[in-house]
Amino acid sequence: MNFLSIFVLIPLLMLPALWLCRNIKGLRAVMVTGSTALLIAAVWLVFKFIGDRAAGMTDEFLYTASVDWFTPLHIKYAVGVDGISVAMLLLSAIIVFTGTFASWKINPLPKEYFLWFILLSLGVFGFFISVDMFTMFMFYEVALIPMYLLIGVWGTGRKEYSAMKLTLMLMGGSAFLMFGIFGIFYGAGGQTMNVFEIAHQTGGAHAIDFSAQCLFFPLTFIGFGVLGALFPFHTWSPDGHASAPTAVSMLHAGVLMKLGGYGCFRIAMYLLPEGAQELSWIFLILTGISVVYGALSACVQTDLKYINAYSSVSHCGLVLFALLMLNNTAGSGAIMQMLSHGLMTALFFALIGMIYGRTHTRDIRELSGLMRIMPFLSVGYIIVGLANLGLPGFSGFVAEMTIFVGSFQNNDTFHRVLTIAACSSIVVTAVYILRMVGKILYGKCTNEHHLQLTDATWEERFCVGCLIACIAGLGLFPGWVSHLVHDGVAPIIHQLGAVAHTVSQSNPFL
Amino acid sequence: MDYSQFLYMREELVLIVAIVVLFLADLFFCTDRKSGRGVYNTPLPAILMGLVTIANAVPCCMESFELFGGMYQHTPMMSLVKTVLNLGTLIVFLMSHKWLSREENLVKQGEFYLLVMFTLLGMYFMISSGHFLMFFIGLEMASIPVAALVAYDKYRFTSAEAGAKFILLALFSSALLLYGVSFLYGLTGTLYFEGLATKMTFSYLGVGALLLFIAGMGFKISLVPFHLWTADTYEGAPTTVTGYLSVVSKSSAAFVLFVLLAKLFPTGEYAAAWQTALFWIVIASITIANLFALRQQNIKRFMAFSAISQAGYIVLAIPGTTAQGMTALVFYLLVYMAANLGAFTVMTSVEQSSNQVTIDSYNGLYSTNPKLSFIMTLCLFSLAGIPPFAGFFSKFFVFMAAFNAGQHLLVFIALVNTIISLYYYLLIVKAMYINKSDAPIATFQSDAYSRLALVLCTLGVVGLGIASCVYNYIDAVSLL
Repeated sequence: MNFLSIFVLIPLLMLPALWLCRNIKGLRAVMVTGSTALLIAAVWLVFKFIGDRAAGMTDEFLYTASVDWFTPLHIKYAVGVDGISVAMLLLSAIIVFTGTFASWKINPLPKEYFLWFILLSLGVFGFFISVDMFTMFMFYEVALIPMYLLIGVWGTGRKEYSAMKLTLMLMGGSAFLMFGIFGIFYGAGGQTMNVFEIAHQTGGAHAIDFSAQCLFFPLTFIGFGVLGALFPFHTWSPDGHASAPTAVSMLHAGVLMKLGGYGCFRIAMYLLPEGAQELSWIFLILTGISVVYGALSACVQTDLKYINAYSSVSHCGLVLFALLMLNNTAGSGAIMQMLSHGLMTALFFALIGMIYGRTHTRDIRELSGLMRIMPFLSVGYIIVGLANLGLPGFSGFVAEMTIFVGSFQNNDTFHRVLTIAACSSIVVTAVYILRMVGKILYGKCTNEHHLQLTDATWEERFCVGCLIACIAGLGLFPGWVSHLVHDGVAPIIHQLGAVAHTVSQSNPFL
Repeated sequence: MDYSQFLYMREELVLIVAIVVLFLADLFFCTDRKSGRGVYNTPLPAILMGLVTIANAVPCCMESFELFGGMYQHTPMMSLVKTVLNLGTLIVFLMSHKWLSREENLVKQGEFYLLVMFTLLGMYFMISSGHFLMFFIGLEMASIPVAALVAYDKYRFTSAEAGAKFILLALFSSALLLYGVSFLYGLTGTLYFEGLATKMTFSYLGVGALLLFIAGMGFKISLVPFHLWTADTYEGAPTTVTGYLSVVSKSSAAFVLFVLLAKLFPTGEYAAAWQTALFWIVIASITIANLFALRQQNIKRFMAFSAISQAGYIVLAIPGTTAQGMTALVFYLLVYMAANLGAFTVMTSVEQSSNQVTIDSYNGLYSTNPKLSFIMTLCLFSLAGIPPFAGFFSKFFVFMAAFNAGQHLLVFIALVNTIISLYYYLLIVKAMYINKSDAPIATFQSDAYSRLALVLCTLGVVGLGIASCVYNYIDAVSLL
């Protein structure tokens, strides 16, 4: 047992502990203890990882360990981390930690809620530490299914419809994914499920037959892409996020959607590099549509959660968009965007949840002048809004800047036109953010019921404060993160550069 | 004739001893009519079945042999499958306690256990047969008593109707199968599997025999288009019998289909023929059953269509007839048994306490019976193939085996179908957790036997996947 397994072990121990709790205080105690332990473990892992890299440990994955599981099928429980997964683990731990405070007063059935919540985070953590395709896929699905009950039971609005739609679309993606995994496994000789070993076996990037790569790359990419809100498979996202309870929206938009991007990068692109080079243009166009269309859709929404959900489609689209640019700068930018978007969107959903918990409406037409009534929440809202539209000093700026610089490095018309088109989303983002902030926070409060509302409680302030600190920290000191991330991106981009044709033959726009 | 050969038939002998003991007990200690209480109730049959399971599970002869000139065959895998069937039967016995303690069933509960055990014996012979005559005797022994079981609640009109439907269609399918076997005899002059395998040359008559054989077995496994009896019989039969039908009966037939196709038609044109046939049968089974399951209101009919689609997944392991496929099939059967019987135990508990069998009646079950609902959720998730429950692993392995056998398109279609099946399994979960009901089923306490059954099933659903030793053991056995 390797120490990375602690990320799975802690949630696993929390499940029975929660089960045994008798009242809400006990549940809160378990949740705070467990999520703090996870956060400490994640922070410690970051420092250890950076330290060990500095000390000259150059393996692609550090702290690897592998235990035979289903020996006849070459399935192992294999763990290991590189820079990307370390960053993602930290993100997940922060969101779970703050999510605990955001669901402080959950009602009804708090015990069940926390059980499913922790099962979800178990899947997320397990996914990020795994390097075996089977284990990854298993944890991926573990993370998906609790969403159904979390939205269906504790959600708001059209929760049953949204929960079913979300679950079925994501599981549909995972059906494609399973097929892709079989293709990779048997295409690469059927001897190992380990991502690292498949990528480095004899033949390297060509180990899997080119035609097979062109078949399985789209399947795998779509499989993960559904979760990464790839157009046209993004429709679960607005409904799902709008209906989910606060902490679940946070975890889902903040972390779960990152599973999609991470999987696309780690499995689809890393293991099927020739397919990725050949067919990336199709997905570039689709993700380009995601970016622009998501931003434009956000402009016309009137529900706060829908605005943020479409904004997530746009920003997560940008992650996949940048990954498909297939170079180091854009790749690092994509991972930074994952981190940045994860933190921002979590904060956004947390604040929306807190406002909704007081006003019982999320319709921007019915909200106004909140700044005087709940100043803390309003200031938080402005900060995250500004971060979202990419104001320098916050994480969004760093990530988007890196992405667009990286994208522009591709010196052909096709990529540059797409980059310019995607850049337009920055402007549109500013439009919907500023419009929304101006409408709901400033002006005169027209609804007299809102005048008696109170500002944030201590646990809400704590949750918001933590997330703002992280966003600002990432924006002000991006160096260490980009260093960390680059470490994981480089080998994958190297693999993508080692293919026979780096120029797609099938792209009609070249 | 060397009578010592009988001693090698360990599984059958143990079961026969159990049947005799039970028969005598039923004869001499039968129900006390004055008090209306059975003198022996579930403990004796359950204990006997448990002993049979344990006695048969001891892996003492891990080598293959044949007896009576090839009539009876034994491989370690057959032994393992018999153990799986034993476990299933044990759980069925446990879950039927409450139903059998009803006033009208008290006097005839001995028959229930005996009939179930006789069908089990028939399945044993069917599995171990090395000759079509033996196979047919086993098959009939395994299906005729089932008709009596299906009609067990004869005071209910639907039960009697279901029994009649079952027996008529069972006979029809047996006739088809026999007709196919007669073709084979005409072609080769032998009914021994060994002889058949060597003497078969390709002819269209042979293909006809093959198709008739698949049709006959397809009826037992309830594959589309031989599934038409399933929904009515499942709905009419007592719930525990439905559980038995959908798990134990089906498992034995699926295993035998695999073994016989692998043994008699392993390669060549015949293999191509049955693989094509199975290709369409699997697609039809999964797709049609899934579409029908969407529309069901009665939970037993719903489970019938779910069982048909699960049968499609089971058969998915057969093309290729590899050791990997065999392992995947047996593992799937084991996991399916745990999950499906778990669901049936919950259903029968609900039915016995409230007489409700519609899906709507499960609305709000979580608020009144949280533990039962939770177990039902686990079982349904396992059936739908959601990790970390065992169903995920078994589905993954079956798909993997089929993919490895080159059935890429089939795997893809089956995968897409898992989404539909997830939808309807979630409908039940939704009913229990999300839907509100004015009059949810009242809180009730399950009896100790049902609880034991639920514990066994839950252990299976949670543990079989994560504890890889089970799969690894089955794989080791399949390679012997």
